[in-house]
Amino acid sequence: MPTVLIPTPLRRLTANQAKVEVAGDTVDALLHNLEAGYPGIGERLLDADGKIKRFINVFVNEDEIRTLQGADTPLAAGDRVSIVPAMAGGAHQP
Amino acid sequence: MTRINRDQLVALAKSQIVETTPQALSQRLRNGSSPLVIDIRERDEFEQGHVPGALFIPRGFLELRIEQHAYDPATPIVLYCAGGVRSALAARNLQEMGYSHVESLIGGFGGWRSAGLPVTVPRIMTAEQKVRYSRHVLLPDVGEEGQTKLLDAKVLLIGAGGLGSPAALYLAAAGVGTLGIVDFDVVDLSNLQRQILHSESWIGKPKVESAAARIKDLNPDVKVVAHREPITSANALRIIQDYDIVLNGSDNFPTRYLVNDACHFLRKPLVDASIFMFEGQVTIYHPGAPEEGIGQGPCYRCLYPDPPPPGEVPSCAEAGVLGVLPGIVGSIQAVEAIKLVLGKGEPLIGRLLTFDALEMSFRTLNIRRNPACPVCGDAPTITELIDYEQFCGMPARE
Repeated sequence: MPTVLIPTPLRRLTANQAKVEVAGDTVDALLHNLEAGYPGIGERLLDADGKIKRFINVFVNEDEIRTLQGADTPLAAGDRVSIVPAMAGGAHQP
Repeated sequence: MTRINRDQLVALAKSQIVETTPQALSQRLRNGSSPLVIDIRERDEFEQGHVPGALFIPRGFLELRIEQHAYDPATPIVLYCAGGVRSALAARNLQEMGYSHVESLIGGFGGWRSAGLPVTVPRIMTAEQKVRYSRHVLLPDVGEEGQTKLLDAKVLLIGAGGLGSPAALYLAAAGVGTLGIVDFDVVDLSNLQRQILHSESWIGKPKVESAAARIKDLNPDVKVVAHREPITSANALRIIQDYDIVLNGSDNFPTRYLVNDACHFLRKPLVDASIFMFEGQVTIYHPGAPEEGIGQGPCYRCLYPDPPPPGEVPSCAEAGVLGVLPGIVGSIQAVEAIKLVLGKGEPLIGRLLTFDALEMSFRTLNIRRNPACPVCGDAPTITELIDYEQFCGMPARE
């Protein structure tokens, strides 16, 4: 199964696990299976239409999926899927 | 096409441009109506003496680099060379690029000097500097030449907080000659767990003042320019224009989009980083510098086309941050800025470095420019600064 690397802000939804193994032949299938295993994480990653939110980047191994086949990018056992959200740090004062 | 010889070409150029005299230029500089004075001679000519305050861009790079220094085509510019010929030809080219207020100095630097006007002889390292920077000078990739580049470099730090603190200290120690610091905040007790520029005696006082004092104590070679104002669409281009490289350590999304767009419009490299709890990200957004062999990389908007809605991503103030984390990430920003100044190594362009302190792992992920990016793409739709609070779904600033 591919391994999903969970970013710090989402780890409370994966019982503080930084890495989880999730089945899925494509990125899209994997993200839906991730939600099935860890309820609540899906809405942090996907919008109402089921598309990956525009401030979240997904990488398969070292490459960003928009440079591959997007959500249809095929996955093999042993692939590493990284979820990288926008972070700003700080205190949120504009 | 009719063939013309060099004298005819020079005469043609001079008939199409405006020329100014050394006395008139000197008068204007004294009056404070400062045009951008550019020395277009070769480096060895410049090093033997130049007009005070002149920017050095050799003739061969002028058209390629001018936009980094004069974004507004109405910027008043005076070009000079040794005798007024090369600058006349160059002025004509800048006019073709749309610069409407370009002049060429009659008689060039020779004319300036024989008029008895003041001359600046650029930096030769002092005995003390040779000792201070000896461990740099020993490095084959730095040497005296590289150290001189650092002393001439101008780096702007957005924020004197967690990331800006280590970056400012290392850049100052390295002898980066001009450090601009934009920060509107005052030092708070809760900052001291990670913001190592500041100390307890500065609580309640402006961070830019605390930073300037600390840097002066560390290295008097460094000129600190304090910008104690929030960076906004109204001042960003004016502030950033004067620097070679920008380091982003800002703490909010509107500023990140603003600084990204402004750096792209001004064609300045942006060494960007962000941190959260135990995790950091660093990359360089570079608009490209063909003359240095650097291709255009992605920008912040290529990676994150839209900001998260307010409240969706927790802040460090809510979730916390390990104090050492910005020390590591901000130091990496300093390394990348120094590499850009020196023109050495493989800059972190098109690569996003992520660091996880709990796992103690670094990963490098490949990122690419998005041809459909509204700012840096093939058909940009955002060509000037916008209202970034509104863009990020926040109430407008007063």
